[in-house]
Amino acid sequence: MTYARLPALLLALLAVAPAHADPIPPGERLSGAAFMSRETRTMQEDDFANPGMLWVREGEALWAEKAGAAARACADCHGAAEATMKGVAARYPAWESRDGRPVDLLGRINLCRVRHQEAAPLAWESRALLALGTHVAAASRGEAIAPDPDPRLAPHRAEGRALYETRIGQLDLACTQCHDAQWGRRLAGNPIPQAHPTGYPLYRLEWQAVGSRQRRLRNCMTGVRAEPFAYGDPAFIAIELYLMERAAGMTIETPAVRP
Amino acid sequence: MTRPLVHVPATARKGAVITIKTLIAHPMETGYRPDENGRLIPRDIIGELVCRYNGKEVFRAELAPAIAANPYVAFTTVATETGTLEFRWTDLTGKHWTHTAPITVVA
Repeated sequence: MTYARLPALLLALLAVAPAHADPIPPGERLSGAAFMSRETRTMQEDDFANPGMLWVREGEALWAEKAGAAARACADCHGAAEATMKGVAARYPAWESRDGRPVDLLGRINLCRVRHQEAAPLAWESRALLALGTHVAAASRGEAIAPDPDPRLAPHRAEGRALYETRIGQLDLACTQCHDAQWGRRLAGNPIPQAHPTGYPLYRLEWQAVGSRQRRLRNCMTGVRAEPFAYGDPAFIAIELYLMERAAGMTIETPAVRP
Repeated sequence: MTRPLVHVPATARKGAVITIKTLIAHPMETGYRPDENGRLIPRDIIGELVCRYNGKEVFRAELAPAIAANPYVAFTTVATETGTLEFRWTDLTGKHWTHTAPITVVA
């Protein structure tokens, strides 16, 4: 596929894509790993070749490190993340009753830092936050995604679904038009996956680093030439809520590797 | 901060060929990329990885700017005797990271 043909393909996509594609039937759902080359899958499956493990190990060190005015480490309250954080990444985003809003896993880590460690929150997409998040999420590897059933999340999830189905950007495309209607086909030579967030935070070869789900969503938004939401925007949490519900029952792969 | 990930089999039969896998967190900045102001980001790469088996060099790799971040290097050697494998990564400024792994060789 040459770039000269890309506009033609996008026009074709615009012409054929219905505004509201049907959701993917549960039996046909596939992790992004199913669309990768054998080499990339092998890299993900081998803990000594998966570069995401570097972040998991770094997060393990940070987990045990005392921080903030309270001079408390994550491990002082939570113990070993491998045991106590099992299943957490499979449930998040979850309802945060004190603030009356949903928070995702990285947001929860920062809330914990501010409230219990009395430390400054870590910057979005900073290496330390991603390392802690990858360490916590890796404890859920192999667990089935089980969204938080709290009914207060329902309106946010519905908002996420509405955003997922809303056309945005100069290309005027909604998430659903590629990821529900055109998955398995190719865009600029790359397969279009189904957009199930099973492996975040994950190592993307293109980034040469671990990145968050929000970073990936921002990528897609700039891809359709829309202005991406800021990190931590409630709209992102809403989309994440919907995506996790859409992937309910699928297996957590953190730290995943993606091209 | 940088902790290498190294896999060496804990035990091996004498004379067996063993596979060793190494991974280290490093940006491997090429020196060819401009920053947001158009100035080149200085080159920052690991230039060399050396593995010594009981003090004797068994593997050496020279790394170049085209190698991706967080370089993964896998190689094989022959299990000769019980002891330690010592790994040493050195960047262009001479800064280095080391890791040692024990191996037990059985007859």
